Amino acid sequence: MITTDYIITAPQGMHARPATNLVKLGKNFQSVISLKKGEKTVRINSLLNILSLSIKGGETISVMVDGEDEADAATAIGLFFTQQLKDQ
Amino acid sequence: MKGIGVSPGISIGKAFVIKKDKTFVTSVLLKNDLEISSESERFNLAVDLAIAEIESIKTNRELILTEEDIAILETQIEFISDPQLKEDVIEKISGDKKNANDALIEVTANLVELFLNMDDAYMRARAADIQDIGSRILKHLNGSVKSDTQQFEPDTIIIAEDIAPSDTITMDTRYITGFATQMGSKTSHAAIIARSKGISAVVGCGDSLKLIKDGDVIILDGISGQIYINPDQQLIDEYRAKREDFIKQSEKLKALRDVPCVTTDGESIMLTANISGADDLADVFENGGEGVGLLRTELLFMNRDTFPSEEEQFEFYKKVALQSKDKSVIVRTIDIGGDKQLSYFGLPIEQNPFLGYRAIRICLDRTDIFITQLKAILRAGVFGDLKIMFPMISNVEEVRAAKNILAEAKKELQEEHIPFNVDIKVGIMIEIPSAAITADILAKEVDFFSIGTNDLCQYTLAVDRMNEKITHLYDPFNPGVLRLISNVIEEGYKHNIHVGMCGEMAGDPLATLLLLGMGLKEFSMSASAIPAIKNIIISHSLSSAQEVCKKIMEMDSSSTIITYLQDLAQ
Repeated sequence: MITTDYIITAPQGMHARPATNLVKLGKNFQSVISLKKGEKTVRINSLLNILSLSIKGGETISVMVDGEDEADAATAIGLFFTQQLKDQ
Repeated sequence: MKGIGVSPGISIGKAFVIKKDKTFVTSVLLKNDLEISSESERFNLAVDLAIAEIESIKTNRELILTEEDIAILETQIEFISDPQLKEDVIEKISGDKKNANDALIEVTANLVELFLNMDDAYMRARAADIQDIGSRILKHLNGSVKSDTQQFEPDTIIIAEDIAPSDTITMDTRYITGFATQMGSKTSHAAIIARSKGISAVVGCGDSLKLIKDGDVIILDGISGQIYINPDQQLIDEYRAKREDFIKQSEKLKALRDVPCVTTDGESIMLTANISGADDLADVFENGGEGVGLLRTELLFMNRDTFPSEEEQFEFYKKVALQSKDKSVIVRTIDIGGDKQLSYFGLPIEQNPFLGYRAIRICLDRTDIFITQLKAILRAGVFGDLKIMFPMISNVEEVRAAKNILAEAKKELQEEHIPFNVDIKVGIMIEIPSAAITADILAKEVDFFSIGTNDLCQYTLAVDRMNEKITHLYDPFNPGVLRLISNVIEEGYKHNIHVGMCGEMAGDPLATLLLLGMGLKEFSMSASAIPAIKNIIISHSLSSAQEVCKKIMEMDSSSTIITYLQDLAQ
């Protein structure tokens, strides 16, 4: 399992549109991908669950990737949080 | 009737009232496993049908869909096909023996409740989206699907309880000129869509909106939030004229927004805004502002019972930093006292509050309050280009003492291992005559000056701004005030530090050329004043402004100066 922490640099945080893209991104991989904020952990296959974390700009979240293609998945997710999220 | 104007513009048109179908819980329980599996099947089918419906909208060539529209549709698909939603519904069907209709209504209600209770306004507004998803699946579950695209006559104003994504997507918005809803806020779907399509909108009108019937003539003012039902011809004509003005004004504004603020001979000038919080920033950028010349922090301290904690303050400044697009933001430290009182901080009533215990004087006395604020700003400085500005400086000792406390704040953060901006820029507000006269001394201590003309004017001329009998004496064009301003700019230039202005004068079109000629580099004002000031700067040269300034500095009275400037403006 690969665990990485990210600071959300997009000022608006995780809104519906980037969250949709994250769900879609996750579908490309076999690995189970989860987000953790505070005490709450959710899988990224559910838009509702991602939004229920209410992730805001400046907050820190952990991403857990577990599965056969975890290395590739973690790279793609990393790119999402460090770059793509800010452009959306 | 009045609501909240959330998308500017004025619409005059005919009402089209949208009524929602009501949903009912049947309370019929399932009897056996066979029924359970058939209800689960029915739910899955409804989900598939709902997705298919949106897919067909996505590929409908008759609708002209923007990238934004497609993104909304895709979000809808993800909501509808959400595994958590499905799991919850199936759980209620198989576990609680509820039928699919009741299970879905219950799950939707729980999710709506969850989102309504979130502390973030954007997330709270998503509750309406979730309600919409629930209704959409329910519609398919009960087999009552109405025709897809709605057609409207030109100049239609939509009246609804609320407007959901699925409503706007299947609407042909070309002929819609306005939205009015009973519910909603600035971040609700109706508001977002209206702004993106340039349709005026008023939300949160409440129950009184029910008075409107199909075909009523409506005037809708998306700026003030005012709505008129069946107005007389005079009012219609008045609003037609207003609409013309608005269109002209916004075209001009748009045209100017992305034009760099440079004089005809190539001098770049910074136009920034005075704001009270992160919510004001969108307006600043919309008007072409390039940052914040004054972030007032008083709002943070007013209308509450105790001083805000470091954490609370940190969140406030961080929000501004994150939304500032990496532009410069000058944060003024607490400016309470004078006319700004705090109920929980017992400041004694003074004979002359403006000459009394206020602003930096309180901060240097109550270092505990001061250091909390400084630490919060330093921490938020990691997220954007924040700068610190001390108000009401009258001598160099105050600047040094404030800087010592700032150093102390940094030391504490270091010891607590909390990240902060070590190199944060520090400036002072020049608003007391002694500071303006000794600008050469003060310039050696700080990174920038910002001239606060309101207080500088009142202190220099010994005029109480609040006293109506002497308002005529309150005059920033008084040669005495102008000489002080000119001295501050000149000393700043000599010592190579940035000089800006954040008082009323910076947004006064009459003063622009004069200040430009004096060498002012940053004008900070209310966001709406920016386009007019920019228009003046980009159509003049610095050298011509310097000529104007030279002439004015030789004039002996404010009336001569004002007349000269007024003639120039024509």
